[in-house]
Amino acid sequence: MNKIIAKKKISEDIIQLTFENKELAEARKPGQFLILRVHDKGERIPLTIMDSDSIKDTIDIVFQVVGKTTTLLSELKVDDKILDVAGPLGNPTLIKNFGRCVLIGGGVGTAVLFPVLKALKEAGNTVIAIIGARNKDSLILIEEVKAISDELIIITDDGTAGIKGLVTDALKEVIARGDEINYVYAVGPVIMMKFVALTTKEDNIKTEVSLNPIMIDGTGMCGGCRVLISGKEKFACVHGPDFDAHQVDFDLLIQRLKMFKDKEHKSMECHCKNKEK
Amino acid sequence: MPKPNEKVHMLTQDVQKRKNNFDEVALGLTEELAVNEAQRCLNCKKPLCMQGCPVGINIPEFIMLIKERNFLEAARVIKKENLLPAICGRVCPQEDQCEKACVLDRTGKAIAIGYLERFAADYEMKNSPQKRENGAISHQPSAISPQQCKIAVIGSGPSGLTCASELRKKGYQVTLFEAFHKPGGVLMYGIPSFRLPKDIVNYEIDNLRKMGVEIKVNSVIGRLKTVDQLIKDEGYSAVYIATGAGHPVFMGIAGEELNYIYSSNEFLTRVNLMEAYKFPEVDTPVVLGKKVAVIGGGNTAMDSARCALRMGTEKVYCIYRRSEKEMPARVEEIEHAKEEGIEFMFLTAPVKYIGDSDNNVKKAVCIKMELGELDDSGRRRPIPIEGSEFEIEVDSVVVAIGTNANPLISDTTKNMEVNKWGYIVTDEAGRTTKKRVYAGGDIVTGSATVIKAMGAGKEAAHVIDEDLKNLDRK
Repeated sequence: MNKIIAKKKISEDIIQLTFENKELAEARKPGQFLILRVHDKGERIPLTIMDSDSIKDTIDIVFQVVGKTTTLLSELKVDDKILDVAGPLGNPTLIKNFGRCVLIGGGVGTAVLFPVLKALKEAGNTVIAIIGARNKDSLILIEEVKAISDELIIITDDGTAGIKGLVTDALKEVIARGDEINYVYAVGPVIMMKFVALTTKEDNIKTEVSLNPIMIDGTGMCGGCRVLISGKEKFACVHGPDFDAHQVDFDLLIQRLKMFKDKEHKSMECHCKNKEK
Repeated sequence: MPKPNEKVHMLTQDVQKRKNNFDEVALGLTEELAVNEAQRCLNCKKPLCMQGCPVGINIPEFIMLIKERNFLEAARVIKKENLLPAICGRVCPQEDQCEKACVLDRTGKAIAIGYLERFAADYEMKNSPQKRENGAISHQPSAISPQQCKIAVIGSGPSGLTCASELRKKGYQVTLFEAFHKPGGVLMYGIPSFRLPKDIVNYEIDNLRKMGVEIKVNSVIGRLKTVDQLIKDEGYSAVYIATGAGHPVFMGIAGEELNYIYSSNEFLTRVNLMEAYKFPEVDTPVVLGKKVAVIGGGNTAMDSARCALRMGTEKVYCIYRRSEKEMPARVEEIEHAKEEGIEFMFLTAPVKYIGDSDNNVKKAVCIKMELGELDDSGRRRPIPIEGSEFEIEVDSVVVAIGTNANPLISDTTKNMEVNKWGYIVTDEAGRTTKKRVYAGGDIVTGSATVIKAMGAGKEAAHVIDEDLKNLDRK
């Protein structure tokens, strides 16, 4: 179980891993995540399930190498096993025929977006994908998204691929076309989701976002992942991770995500020092 | 040497030392102390102590065996009724159970039954290695059930462990599902190692494996598979739900979402299960700063406060809304906490938290309370004293005011009734309203004790066995 059967570097610092887990492949639905641990003294980190193959019994995850756990995960090779994988966690994304949907992915969030995009397309929606990144090299899954979407808009901070600008610029352009948009789903950096929410709120377009707070158990037991939704406390792991974007307190989430930054740096530093030895 | 007829005192780790480590505080009894204590037992014809034990251990019998220095046999007698004596000897509230019922309690000199239970269990662990290698004598399946039914137990805390063990002894194939990466439930994530060393829990879990119980970690039932799927698709003849009451409660006051305000579940899980006290040797951190406020007066609050102290903080407050007398925590834990320097603020409750521009908690605004009439719990109700608000500086807060039912299983199980608080409805024996599904422990009763959860697991195992046999006959 959890044996890695494929590994692909899909951008400068983003990796896609495919591993075997029959039960998880059978159970998971779009929008759900898993929690994994790489070594005996390791931290539990949540990662969204990008895709699964219930014939080959495999799971795909995509992650950006940002800290110690993701670094260790990136160092695993084909045939290695991921020590612990628990899931699927969280509620699946609501999939139905809304009509015309705009799906927005920022950075590594595109991997989270992918299964929802796929499912919404299969449910008969017209799907417009807006994929944003810092630059050309940090764009991921472009071919995969293109193959599914009715329209794909690429946008980068520096204009090295697609249009130069922010995903909200592209979103505003799509809204300005005047075709009715029935549903927007966004996932990426919190600040991006916040501005998507502000943009769609003006036109009152139903918008959902997938939140990624700090988590330990993922089963509603610790409350570390609590977020404020219309001023009410919710646990992202059991009540989410998808929430009505217009009700989310994004600023609070941004602050809470900084809680262990110093410690994360220290953990990474120690890891690098130990490696040098 | 203790005076004759005085209750034995257990040696404890030096307070200045233990404030800086997570090693066990209570050090156990020597053989001499244990035998002396056992000699005080009157071996009553009608042993009241047994009535005080939720699992009905033959207490006088094992105490007499200790008196005769037959320690291994004493352990065996306990294990007939209690799978986990080394654990119960440490964490059971004996002062409210067996020892409270002891005839000598009237004179304040009840036999230290808990200490003796722990002594016998520890002795067996140290001195009976070979027997344990092959699976402990008392642990081997006594009869193999002809039908070879598979039974699923969900949750590997005290209730699940007990139920799994009892069912295995009856010959069933048992699979124990655990959501975390390590089995043990609250024994692993909740109770700190200075009260319950983790090698003891691991030892008991290893025993369960040796008996043939299959333990599946990382298995979140309700998500990976539903209870209905376990029965219909996976062929389990019965399911026992023992998932505990692990959904933390916050007070709902302003500022509670500030950084470094933890639920006791989160804080204790970080420290105990993930061993954050070893950071950066381990990867999971916890940030407390210099001043910590723990809110609550139960054992979980004591555990949280004492963990916080051991993390190198300068000041740990324990803020409780009633007076010391009403505290639900064990007297021993409160005493240990006081010795270690926890500062108690009784008749006090936080009303809001104030943070800085980075959303980090900086102050707790508290209010003084006075006690009014008795409430539903039989304790005097705390009433805020108007105008008595005051502020204390804090760098972190641990909220240890209780838990609710976790809805993960009940939400995904068809036709299984829960009460208005979300706890699973069962009959006295642990049968839920859904056929083949049983439940026990905190997910039925709400937060209670290790031993009560074990009692429920044991009872359910017997009922599952009877019901399955009856089904077979039909």
